[in-house]
Amino acid sequence: MSDNSYRSIITGGLWSNNQALVALLGLCPLLAVTNTAINGLGLGLATTAVLTASNSTVSLIRNLVRPEVRLPVFVLVIASFVTAIELSMNAFFHELHKVLGIFIPLIVTNCAIIGRAEAFASKNSLPRSVVDGLSIGIGFTLVLMTLGGMRELMGQGTLFDQAHLMFGEAARGLTFRLSDDFPGMLVAILPPGAFIGLGMLIAVKNLIDKRLAQQAAKPEAVEAESATA
Amino acid sequence: MEFQTLTSPHTALPNSVNKVMLQVILALIPGIVAMTWYFGWGTLINITLAVSCAVGFEALVLWLRKRPIVATLGDLSAVVTAILFAIAVPPTLPWWLTVMGMGFAIIMVKQLYGGLGYNPFNPAMAAYVLLLISYPVQMTSWLPPMSLSAQTLGFTESLSLIFTGALPSGLTMDAITMATPLDEMRTQLDLNHMISEIRESPLWGDFGGLGWEWVGNWFLLGGLWMLYKRTITWHIPLSFLAGLILMAAVFWLFDPESHPFPQFHVFSGGAILGAFFIATDPVTACTTKKGQLIYGASIGVIVYVIRTWGGYPDAVAFAVLLMNMAAPTIDHYTQPRTYGHGGRLSG
Repeated sequence: MSDNSYRSIITGGLWSNNQALVALLGLCPLLAVTNTAINGLGLGLATTAVLTASNSTVSLIRNLVRPEVRLPVFVLVIASFVTAIELSMNAFFHELHKVLGIFIPLIVTNCAIIGRAEAFASKNSLPRSVVDGLSIGIGFTLVLMTLGGMRELMGQGTLFDQAHLMFGEAARGLTFRLSDDFPGMLVAILPPGAFIGLGMLIAVKNLIDKRLAQQAAKPEAVEAESATA
Repeated sequence: MEFQTLTSPHTALPNSVNKVMLQVILALIPGIVAMTWYFGWGTLINITLAVSCAVGFEALVLWLRKRPIVATLGDLSAVVTAILFAIAVPPTLPWWLTVMGMGFAIIMVKQLYGGLGYNPFNPAMAAYVLLLISYPVQMTSWLPPMSLSAQTLGFTESLSLIFTGALPSGLTMDAITMATPLDEMRTQLDLNHMISEIRESPLWGDFGGLGWEWVGNWFLLGGLWMLYKRTITWHIPLSFLAGLILMAAVFWLFDPESHPFPQFHVFSGGAILGAFFIATDPVTACTTKKGQLIYGASIGVIVYVIRTWGGYPDAVAFAVLLMNMAAPTIDHYTQPRTYGHGGRLSG
């Protein structure tokens, strides 16, 4: 039973309740910083860290906080973690911090985080809340990275450009370049590209879901046919 | 022998989509011929390429959506979109940009919203803006009109320029292209030159740029023919041009040396083409008469505003897209009152 419910928490965070593709929460950072895969990864990991920490804290204090003041308390908790993350990113990944700029402090306003605190962590035990925070965060990060990769590839013909901002000098080799005179499609880097790209990702997810549902329905149909025959 | 007896009403059939689109295409012909005359074969090559891409993409999406292919292609709307796009882009546009533009216009802007009649934005203009934002250099490399250029490109040279990017030996892109009149006017005005100084250059004709203004005239001829055939009504073209002229006239009277006279604005860039062929798109424009007047006049005003203070030399595409967005709201507030319903005394 418990194993099963953990599995549903994880698949929910990664796929069926993906905050970016299904709940459409946290679109502000999603649309603003995903112009390269590394930016997406950086912000995604920061969000995941904040989400896991805030989920576990909220879960621990869930019986102490009176419902009337829960939202201010949650916001305070989230804001503290965001401040901590922001300062440490400034210290350890200074260049990346400069690129992401205002969007790290803005994690506070990411509705996905307060949404999980309110909808999940304030009603569930610590381990379950941690798993939820991690899986929601990773699901969000994967979307950010995919969208960032798509836009980077179309807009400037590279993938994992500036990887050294995140993984140090050794990662410079990670950068993949299509060709030297790739005519970048500027609109992919600009905000419209984010909207179009996100729309495509949602379409692809819905298509996969539809295929999966059809496949799940098929064996039963075959059995039913053979039974009638 | 059988005599067919028709019952009433004895009026002509309303225009079918396919007939309207065919009339639009016919009305575009004089302008296209003029463009080919002044700017060489590139326009015709672009039209051919764009039409075949548009029809191909439309067929592909219809097949994916399991819709009737031949019947829908027969309404010619994709062809009109392709021709309008091909006229708006420079005659030297690399082939892959045309393909990309048509893919965006037909697949994303038109078919993803549900096909003809459901698209909120004008597909040709959306594709134009997509390319203009993404590839500003290629999208603004206009050839000078024939009579001004030292070298003119023949048919095969245009073909090789579009498909391989190869220019005839000894020529560079900079040598054969030239700023458009609107671009030139903007640049010179930014340098604080006076209009009378600027217009001493051989680039200028009677009103707009040499050659350019005549292309506008031929499109005007086609547009008037469409008015005569009632393919379009007068509301949008007239209010568009009135809005543009009014804005231009006010600023020109205020300071004629730093604001071009109104005729310049009308006969430059895409104003005529936009007024008669693009803003009048029945799907994306307003449908109420009062709404059409507001819609057209707003486009005219926005065109002037962007041309004068905006970042781009011409603005018809941006203005049309902006007002496309407003069209449903305008329609909502300008619905004519049904006789006997509503009104001030009804309550």
